[in-house]
This record gives sequence, C-alpha cells and structure tokens, in this order.
Amino acid sequence: MNKSVEILVVGGGPAGLAAAAAAKEAGVKAEDILIVERDRELGGILNQCIHNGFGLHTFKEELTGPEYAQRYAEKVQAAHIPYLLQTIVVDIRTGDGKDKGVCGTKYVTAMNKQEGIFTVEAGAVVLAMGCRERSRGALNIPGYRPAGIYSAGTAQRYVNIEGRMPGKEVVILGSGDIGLIMARRMTLEGAKVKLVAELMPYSGGLKRNIAQCLDDFGIPLKLSHTVVDIDGKERVKGVTVAQVDENRRPIAGTEEYISCDTLLLSCGLIPENELSAGLGVELNPVTAGPVVNESLETNVEGVFACGNVLHVHDLVDYVSEEAESAGRNAAEYALRRKPETGQGQQRAEKESAEICDMADAGRSAEAKIQDGLAVDGDEAPNSAAKQGSGIAVKTGRGVRYTVPSVLRPQYMQEEQVIRFRVGEVCREVELVVYFDGAPVMRMKKRIMVPAEMEQVKLKKENIEKHPGLKEIQIAVEQA
Amino acid sequence: MKTENGKSKMEGAATELVCIRCPIGCMVTVAKRPDGTWDITGNTCNRGAEYAKKELTDPTRIVTSTVRLRNGAQAVTSVKTKSDIPKGKMMECMAALRDVELEAPVRIGDVALANVAGTGVDMVVTKSVEKVG
Repeated sequence: MNKSVEILVVGGGPAGLAAAAAAKEAGVKAEDILIVERDRELGGILNQCIHNGFGLHTFKEELTGPEYAQRYAEKVQAAHIPYLLQTIVVDIRTGDGKDKGVCGTKYVTAMNKQEGIFTVEAGAVVLAMGCRERSRGALNIPGYRPAGIYSAGTAQRYVNIEGRMPGKEVVILGSGDIGLIMARRMTLEGAKVKLVAELMPYSGGLKRNIAQCLDDFGIPLKLSHTVVDIDGKERVKGVTVAQVDENRRPIAGTEEYISCDTLLLSCGLIPENELSAGLGVELNPVTAGPVVNESLETNVEGVFACGNVLHVHDLVDYVSEEAESAGRNAAEYALRRKPETGQGQQRAEKESAEICDMADAGRSAEAKIQDGLAVDGDEAPNSAAKQGSGIAVKTGRGVRYTVPSVLRPQYMQEEQVIRFRVGEVCREVELVVYFDGAPVMRMKKRIMVPAEMEQVKLKKENIEKHPGLKEIQIAVEQA
Repeated sequence: MKTENGKSKMEGAATELVCIRCPIGCMVTVAKRPDGTWDITGNTCNRGAEYAKKELTDPTRIVTSTVRLRNGAQAVTSVKTKSDIPKGKMMECMAALRDVELEAPVRIGDVALANVAGTGVDMVVTKSVEKVG
C-alpha cells in the first residue's frame, strides 16, 4: 500500500466511491488515490437497502441498493483505484510547516487488523463518512432499557444481511424513510406493524414511501404523536403513545397503550463528523455537516465533503452527483498542488510555507494567493463562509440551510447547484432567488416539504453579470 | 389514495394518488371519462400517467426480499421480482421465498426462484455474495 497519496477518501459508500471514480477521471492516477472503508465490503449502507427505487436519475432504471452500490464499486475496481476494507480512520491532521509535518499535507491515521495503526500522507482528503441514526439516548424516552428497542437501520441490517427478525409486534417511532421501509419489510416477513408515530405534524419520509410502505399494507400513521413510555424490563412489552401539542409536548389524557415486543426508532440522521471536527472543520449547526464553498471544500484547505456527511440526502442519485463534483474538485486541487519539476517543488514548498504563515495569521490564505485580494482583517479565521471574495449564500424565509454557503465565481462550474431544505410544509408557494436583495429568479412550487431536498441551479454567466455581488438569498414566499 | 376500497374506482370519480414510480412522489389526480379515455393531472412525467392508469385498473408492485444462503459471506442475499407483479400476489410471493435456499457464491441477476407464485415473473438475486469456508 502506498503511504503517500494525492487524494484520500474516507468512506467507501456511494459518496466515497463516486468521488474516487470522478477524481481518477479528472486526471489523478489511480495509485495516487486511496479509499478507506470500515466495513468488510464497499457500498456502505446501500448494501442493506434491498428495496428498489435507486438510480432512476443516474442510470434511468430502477435498482435496489446493493445493485446501485455494485455499479459504483465495479467502476472503482475497473479503474484500479486502491481501497482498504475493515480499516477505520481515527484521526486526520494538517501539517503546520513546522514540527507537525509539511504545511498543507494531511496526515490520516487509520487502523486495521493487518497493520495496526498507521499514517497515510495525503494532498487532499474527501470526507465521505455518511451519517448515523439518532439513538434512543438522544431522544430521552423514559422507561427501562429492555431488549427490543432498535434503530430502524439496525433492524434493517439484521433482517436484510444477518437474516434475523428483531420481533413480531412492532411500533415504529418516527416516519423517516428507513422506518417506513422497515414497516413494509417486517410486514412482508410476517410481523405485525401496529403503528408508525410521528412527532411532527408532517411525515419525515418521502410521499411515495407513505403510499407504498404504509397505505399498501394498511399500517396506520399518527402525526403529532410520540412515545411517552416504554413498558417492560427484560423485553419490551408495550409502549404508551400520546398526542403532542404545537410545542411538541405530550397532551395529558391522550395516552394510549399499545402492546408490542419491538420498538423501532426512525427519528432522523446525523452526519458523522467527529473526524471533521477533530481536523478543525467548521460545521453548520443546522445540517451538522461541514460549511462548504462551491467546490464542496471546507474551511480547511484541501478537505472536501460530500454525501450524507455533508448534509443528509433522501436520494442516493444526488449523493453520487454531489460526490462526483467533490471528487473532481479534489483532483483539481491535488493536481494544482503537485509540483511537476524539482524547481516547481521548491516553489511549491515556498508557497506552502507562506500559506501556513498566513493561515497562522487567521486569514484566508487561498483567497489571497489565488486572487491577490486583501482579506478583511476582522473576518473570522478559518471560515469557508467568509473566504475572501466569495459570495455568501444565505437562507431566506422558509429555508433551513443551503449547501454550499459561499460561492467564489472564479471556481464555479457553468451551472452551480444549490441544495436546500424547507423548514415546514409549504403549498402553492414561490421559490425566489435574490441577488443583493433584488429578486432574479422566481419558480412556482405546488408543494415543498422538509423531508425532500430541493435544489436551484444558478448559471455562472448570470452571476458574472452582477460584478461585486455580495449575497445570494434563497427564500420561499406565498405565491 | 383510496383505490382499494372500490368506491373511488367508479368511473367518473377522480382519485388522488401518490405516484411511486420515482422518489419525486407526484400527487396525481386521475379519472376515467365516460368515453373510456383518461383525465390525468399532477404528473410531471409520462411514468406518472402510466402509473395512475395502472393503479386503477391493474395495480402492481416490485417485491424485494431476502433468501437464505449456504456457505455465503452473509446469511442471506437480497432478491427482487424481475418486473412488477400483481399487488395482490405480494404475500404469496413472500411465502414462496420461505423455502428457497441458495448456495454461495451468487451473482446479481441469478434466478433465485422462477415464475414466483405463478406470476410468470422470476425472482432474481440483487446482491453478489462470495463463498466462504
């Protein structure tokens, strides 16, 4: 194994695979790329998502999760991109040009059974670690800790990979897609799914999953309901469900006891960013993922993010698309950084030292070097959202977050996708894009829901027509 | 979405349903005109119109599940109906899979069970699993 690579990809799920394949296509040699995956095979969580509906956008056909994963795994294998399985990254650091390594180089510490702990040097890192399910502990449900409480994804793994059924009578808390998919899956396998309870007044899953996973099987969905108590000491015996008010507090007198042996939790996904935080990557409190610019680069230069570690997606097709973009950008960065000759090497090292010096001064080094622009002294250090000459992408009314949150026109593709989610269900509305307060785009939308990621595409030429543009805002307004 | 209670299947009555042909999940309104032609709105593509008609006349689904595997790197492998089967045949299809056991290795596309539940549709493997031991 090569202990020094141009691009190291953390995670071999759909995001990591697409990023690695795109980096190779963008000109980085296969042996200069390395994917590090903790599971025993490539493909990530798609391997347990055996239902169909993947890939309509990418492959124009309806695939199951494992089939979709295999297409990308084969792409990586055909490109001879090296990967390590059953290997976990435990730490990533950036060299400081002094006693902590070469300036700008990323030092990725990983471990596996064969080699123990080892470090790989990388020019660029693509974060593609995916996300985790919100656990019972994070939900604060009272009661004992009996057997029979699983996150929906854990149950999915048991049923679809281990071939074991977690229980016979099931209540599901949360109407996220995995919960809905598992409601159908366990019903097909002979379990009785008695109820899906959702805290919010709207479903957390895709409409099609309500239709084909619940309605098809007559499984009731109660909105504005939650589990207030879990009964059972050794094994779950039942749960108490209650209606909640507009502040999501249980309403006294609405409690209902439902006997069951299993409670599945499908209450949201959280990007897995412990490694990113350790590296000093700035996180957006709304998405719990990194703050990124148009290149999907974080505030730490040469560190890119894509897929569910960046923000939780509902469609893998968009994960692949986003990851390909991150992979291409990481490749461009790596190729730009890589010195071609001995002389280039010296120059690169000199520039590299300067970058570190400027980073020390708390300024956006890349913006200064690339554009020769002065950086405002009072801007927060290491903030991608404030990188030099970038245009800030801000959330307007009704919009919870945007990815990316800063655009540097000189690095934009001809068309820039801005992905976002709305905060609540909106009907008959207009999606409006403002340039420095002036509306430039209006799109009618029949319905927008928090469970479904939305996007707008901005043309580079339109942005170039507005020199000096400081802020783009995306808002949802009554039509 | 009340296609199963029969009432809304009446000619002329409009039915609202969520298209499941892709994750967009369009709300499609569909009604059969007295002359036998269809009045379909709300769909953003042709698949939605096809789905709406089919859902009212001959609803079908793709069934995905798992079958047991001998000597495989995992205990089961995943399978799907190669094309959609009548919605009413889903449970029969699941029952038929209970007796199926494959021998690893298996490859995507291998037939796990031919002509499942008399539908004329094969159940095919959707995950390649290596042999172990």
